[in-house]
Amino acid sequence: MNHLEVTGLVKRFGGLLATDHLDLTLARGEIHAVIGPNGAGKTTLINQLSGEILPDAGRIVFDGRELTREPPFRRSMAGLGRSFQITSVFNDFSVLQNAALAVQAHAGHSFRFWRPAASERALTEPALAALRRVGLLDRAQVPVASLAHGERRQLEIAMVLATGAKCLLLDEPMAGMSPAESVAVVALLQELKGEHTILLVEHDMDAVFALADRLTVLVYGRPIATGTPDQIRNHPEVREAYLGEQEHA
Amino acid sequence: MASSAAARAFAVLLLAGLALVPALAAWLDQPFWVTLFTRILIFALAATGLNLVLGFGAMVSFGHAMYIGIGAYAVGILSYHGIDSGFVQLLAALGIGTVVALGVGAICLRTSGMAFIMITLAFAQMLFFLAVSLREYGGDDGMQLKGRSLLGALDLNNATLLYYLSYALLLAVLYGLWRLVHSRFGMVLRGCRSNERRMGSMGFPTLRYKLGAYVLSALVCVLAGMLMANLTRFVSPSYMAWTVSGELIVMTVLGGLGTLIGPIAGATALLLVEEGLSSLKVGLPWLDTVVNQHWLALIGIFIVLVVLVLKQGIYGWLVANKS
Repeated sequence: MNHLEVTGLVKRFGGLLATDHLDLTLARGEIHAVIGPNGAGKTTLINQLSGEILPDAGRIVFDGRELTREPPFRRSMAGLGRSFQITSVFNDFSVLQNAALAVQAHAGHSFRFWRPAASERALTEPALAALRRVGLLDRAQVPVASLAHGERRQLEIAMVLATGAKCLLLDEPMAGMSPAESVAVVALLQELKGEHTILLVEHDMDAVFALADRLTVLVYGRPIATGTPDQIRNHPEVREAYLGEQEHA
Repeated sequence: MASSAAARAFAVLLLAGLALVPALAAWLDQPFWVTLFTRILIFALAATGLNLVLGFGAMVSFGHAMYIGIGAYAVGILSYHGIDSGFVQLLAALGIGTVVALGVGAICLRTSGMAFIMITLAFAQMLFFLAVSLREYGGDDGMQLKGRSLLGALDLNNATLLYYLSYALLLAVLYGLWRLVHSRFGMVLRGCRSNERRMGSMGFPTLRYKLGAYVLSALVCVLAGMLMANLTRFVSPSYMAWTVSGELIVMTVLGGLGTLIGPIAGATALLLVEEGLSSLKVGLPWLDTVVNQHWLALIGIFIVLVVLVLKQGIYGWLVANKS
């Protein structure tokens, strides 16, 4: 059974068809990359999968459970976690507090008014583990506001991991990273492959082709091809619509 | 929320100073001070309650005076029917306050920003006019209480005792809030203030937690309303006028949003300046007349100056300036 199954997804913004009858499947443990030119509807797709916008038609089934119209927090509780293209961390908190808050979301209810959250090892230990994983452990006590851009992107990933999500929707995790930082993230995703199912939206084609088991190419909200990296590389329509453009650029 | 030495010193001085007011008033033979400062403590309590949603949750409620009204009318109406027990009144006030806050909050929190401000104001106005229509309980004019609440051995007719009861309640709420802010619940609330969308995508049902904070904050104002009715031995719709909701916001912002001591500093500063200006007697007749007649305008200037110069409020400024 597929881990995530999307069928016939449609989203219109006024006259614009942002998602055009999209079908997509993620097998358990695979990295499935979604690529496409700017405005192809990649982030719109992630927003529909994470529940921030609701589709006009179609179905989203995760782990055998229909989530099409569920609010974001229910999807997160079901094990579907997302990262944001524009870093979306809590600026008033330290790095550790950010990760611990992500753990807290999945560690029972939060109607607990007395005990300091910082003293709960059940929250801080998994948070530290997630920070270690992305290489931010030595920055745990630093306020987020003083992190460098690349580090904020790493924290963004750590927070998704800290929720314990089984399926990760990663929206351009490497955007704006230095080459060295990108290499570290590629290594991390390589490591996560197998234990997590990952939907990867990314512009860095070297990274995408190195990581993905399968790719879907999106143009104007419509998938024009799905296949292995080799199949996509040699797909005539894809070369014309997307990869070709890049070679000229 | 690390605070500077100056901020900590200010907090200690303010709270210690407030503890000494009845002694000072007795020494200087100014019994009126006890009443004035009880009023300050009660507003500080209400502003501290509002601060929970306004300062820590970024929910601008423009209707919290409604809960002061609920607390005051619970005392007034029960006392009118001969139920003088403070404990029964407390139970009734908190019960009604919880039900109203749950209902109003559940509706208002579906909106945000300007819509939230307006809808909280609308609910408060509804309750205001409901109180006006209660002819039996004095309607527009309000009503005098037959007596103050009976609290076992505590005699609330003793002004000093009422003062220290208010003071103790304020300290208790302050301590509770301090625990809350650092607890799981506080982390969720502060997370929603900074990025509610992210909170949802991480798996928090944010509405539930914001509603919880709204109800707690309302209940603190209910307590303040009960104290207010006991202080003045009088209840009237004016307790829940929209201007009172506005004053609570001004106190909170003036003192320092999202700081624990801020609302107390703000309430003290605003009410003292109000009192000082409206009864100023420096001996220059023309100046006294101008100030006594136009003190509201002068307060406006005071508020504008504090907000422009200190930006984060009186106490917030001390916290932010660690050097």
